[in-house]
Amino acid sequence: MNGEELTEQETALYDRQIRVWGVDAQRRLSKSHILVSGLTGTVVEFCKNIVLAGVGSLTLNDDRPVTTELLSANFLIPPDESVYREKPLAELCCDSLKDFNPMVRVSVQKGDLSSFDVHFFDKFDAVVVSSCSLNTKKSVNEKCRKSSKRVAFYSVDCRDSCGELFVDLQDYTYSKKKIDEMTECRLQFPSFEEAIAVPWRSLPGRLSKLYFAMRVIERFEELEGRKPGQTSAADLPNVLNLRKELCEAHSLSESQMPDALIGRLLAGTREFPPVCAIVGGILGQEVIKAICGKGDPIKNFFFFDAMDGKGIIEDIAKRDNEAEQFQIGCLEGCLEVD
Amino acid sequence: MATEQQLSAIKGSKVLMVGAGGIGCELLKTLALSEFQDIHIIDMDTIEVSNLNRQFLFRQSHVGQSKAKVARDAVLKFRPNISITPYHANVKDPDFNVDFFKRFSVVLNGLDNLDARRHVNRLCLAAGVPLVESGTTGFLGQVTVHVKGRTECYECQPKPAPKTYPVCTITSTPSKFVHCIVWAKDLLFAKLFGDKNQENDLNVRSSDASGSSEPAEDVFERKKDEDVEEYGRRIYDHVFGHNIEVALSNEDTWKKRNKPRPIYIKDVALAEVIQQNGNLDKVPVSTDPLSVSAMTTIGLKNPQDVWSLAENSRVFLEALKLFFLKRGKEIGNLSFDKDDQLAVEIVTAAANIRASSFGIPLHSLFEAKGIAGNIVHAVATTNAVIAGLIVIEAIKVLQDDVRNYRMTYCLEHPSRKMLLMPVEPFEPNKSCYVCSETPLTLEINTSRSKLRDFVEKIVKAKLGMSQPMIMHGHALLYEVGDGLEEDMATTYAANLEKVLAQLPSPVTGGTVIMVEDLQQELTCTINIKHREEFDGEKEPDGMILSGLTEALVQKNDEASKENGASTSNVSETVSVEAEEDDELQILPAVSGLAGKKRKLPDNANSSNSDLSGVIDETKIPRKAIDREDSEAVVVLDGNGERKKKRGQ
Repeated sequence: MNGEELTEQETALYDRQIRVWGVDAQRRLSKSHILVSGLTGTVVEFCKNIVLAGVGSLTLNDDRPVTTELLSANFLIPPDESVYREKPLAELCCDSLKDFNPMVRVSVQKGDLSSFDVHFFDKFDAVVVSSCSLNTKKSVNEKCRKSSKRVAFYSVDCRDSCGELFVDLQDYTYSKKKIDEMTECRLQFPSFEEAIAVPWRSLPGRLSKLYFAMRVIERFEELEGRKPGQTSAADLPNVLNLRKELCEAHSLSESQMPDALIGRLLAGTREFPPVCAIVGGILGQEVIKAICGKGDPIKNFFFFDAMDGKGIIEDIAKRDNEAEQFQIGCLEGCLEVD
Repeated sequence: MATEQQLSAIKGSKVLMVGAGGIGCELLKTLALSEFQDIHIIDMDTIEVSNLNRQFLFRQSHVGQSKAKVARDAVLKFRPNISITPYHANVKDPDFNVDFFKRFSVVLNGLDNLDARRHVNRLCLAAGVPLVESGTTGFLGQVTVHVKGRTECYECQPKPAPKTYPVCTITSTPSKFVHCIVWAKDLLFAKLFGDKNQENDLNVRSSDASGSSEPAEDVFERKKDEDVEEYGRRIYDHVFGHNIEVALSNEDTWKKRNKPRPIYIKDVALAEVIQQNGNLDKVPVSTDPLSVSAMTTIGLKNPQDVWSLAENSRVFLEALKLFFLKRGKEIGNLSFDKDDQLAVEIVTAAANIRASSFGIPLHSLFEAKGIAGNIVHAVATTNAVIAGLIVIEAIKVLQDDVRNYRMTYCLEHPSRKMLLMPVEPFEPNKSCYVCSETPLTLEINTSRSKLRDFVEKIVKAKLGMSQPMIMHGHALLYEVGDGLEEDMATTYAANLEKVLAQLPSPVTGGTVIMVEDLQQELTCTINIKHREEFDGEKEPDGMILSGLTEALVQKNDEASKENGASTSNVSETVSVEAEEDDELQILPAVSGLAGKKRKLPDNANSSNSDLSGVIDETKIPRKAIDREDSEAVVVLDGNGERKKKRGQ
């Protein structure tokens, strides 16, 4: 991994994926540094994917002790209490992940994510957060944006059998294949805070209902001072009241976030392993693409619901004229039209 | 999160996984986490280094061991209390019969070849067990559900046949790099290192298809005491120089084509070759024949580099020398193996020299290996996504949740905002000869075609049967199996050589034949139609089976265009699976069934109204997904004999 030629070992190991994204991309991957915080089942899947892909380093942040709940979607940790009782989640995962690819440096970063400063995030090419509060999400995203180099920011949350992925690549230039040649494209991503501030009424029609449902629950957790994911079926009446208020404020019909959906998301606190695999896989692809600078990224939300089986991309951004013209220029210039 | 009902169905189920590779590892892990308790897994392969980038249950230290067994051990580490039964075996093994399949609630495929998929499909139909099929290539993937009587079976929409190239394109008029690879691999390599008794088209010329044995056959024999390097140069000049000159002498071939140029050793800047003689000492002594390399001897280190003509020539000569000096014992028995470094080097070099001759762009070893080895590009993430989708469908199947079964496509570029696109399954295809047992029609010259031709080209190749039994009324014309009585075996052997009309129970126009595979429990009825003439180019097999729904986009159209100017005498085809030319194909059924009502009850969920629209507009990469590693390369001669089949 000296940064120039791939070693013979790497060429042999990565042969099949080099055939997908090329040697240059593989080299870039080997020099990249990833931070993840919140080792949920989905994030563990992501970690597996990114380590197999051959990134330079992966830093894990999650000081929580292991519980049976946390183990339910975690294939890295043997269910032996005498072993897992001794160490925090991140450390146990770290030990296992190293095994998947000895060429990747996997390490643990202790501490509260919200306490790290801009300088800390600067070291990374991509930051992935999960199971963190709205405030922390916003603040980490901001710190990534403040960095002098571009730090890609991703947040992922799965509830019941659904998943939401958010992507912020800031001002992003990348290449893509158009028929026989490579073209260059440029996209502007809003921050999480900017995205969710977009008035609901001005969002495109037929937007994924999951978006709204997640926003309501997110707000509920914030108001109630709950830890992320700390909800239950009993919260439904209160959440529905909150929904009513928010929909009135946004002049949006409550049918955009159905009772049944909200009920599922509140009650489904245990992760669903197939969804972890799916969303963790999509996230893995996204981070790999962003590091390689190749291929259309998801802009900027991805939703999955096992109930209908759709994996949908939604573009949630402020639509002022200037921004819109810029986006349209990109679309005509280089993005494929469906 | 799984509901109580789902959990109970899961825990009570017994699941069969076929394949413990890319999809298999991800699937086994997700099944275990999803609380499946009784999983059986079949895989005949052992672990290789190139698997480790995605088959995460395996480690470097496991290379060479059984995939099924190692996968099981790895998963038991984090779910010690579930039952996983591994089988290091071929799923086509007779042990895995209908009774075996009947024991399972659902079968989940993570296979890498069409042949095994068809086999499992038939067994699932026979056993009445639902099948969840899947496939991935690069960033693309799909999951499909097949339930007998309710949805299409896996073969209701036949998958495209392996890509074929007419022999003359390979031997005389290549226009693409893949043609050069096929020439180098199936003709030159085979001629130099393979079975000497195999017929080989290396010296076939378009103007002379009579295939008469010529003195030129002796060219490839290394004379007693002939210096290896001299032999190498002689071969080089013969295939790249002399043979091209001979081809050029037939002016007709080149009227509308660019002429190739003959290349002789003397013309190539090979001064350094003579100096390499001494370098043999520097070649590390290795007990592993597969690690001997010409590239490293010459100092070419990067498999991604495209070598010059001179470099390719040096590699060719050096590799040839190394085969004789270091691996002499294997010569006469070798077949191409993508993991055989020296074989890959010599094929790359030979293909490149030929390409140079014909004005075709040269390729790197890396690229050539991919084409010659039919390597499928693969990443962990797609397999993980597909595995998750498989488990979701499996849970629906366990609960008989028919209305919610979906075929799901994992796209590289979103279609109508969707990266994961679910589609409702189609009802069974009434003309499917596999699940609807619809009769087929065969046009054939019953006075000229032998039973053997019928067995090879139709029963095995097209119908995918491996242990066939052929009957005309009550008369048994042919069968395979252990324990055949001697007189029966003699009769069958004799029958194979007879033309259809002369069989003990004559098969002529209007005859109805029954073909059966006992293991697959598949019976096919075939109506025979006699036909005198067949077009040598367009119908090279000399027989046409209809009633199979063919894939809409035929890659062979391209091949017949290329052949426009060549003679029609050459009628054989060389089959190869070419990764590089795979394109998105429109699902055949899509156009035909767009307006068709399904028997599955209409789902009141309004979001489904999107789905039918999506199908029409979307190109679904089915062909790409069913491609695989190490599919057989088949060379057929004029008698329809399979000359050489590799792979399983």
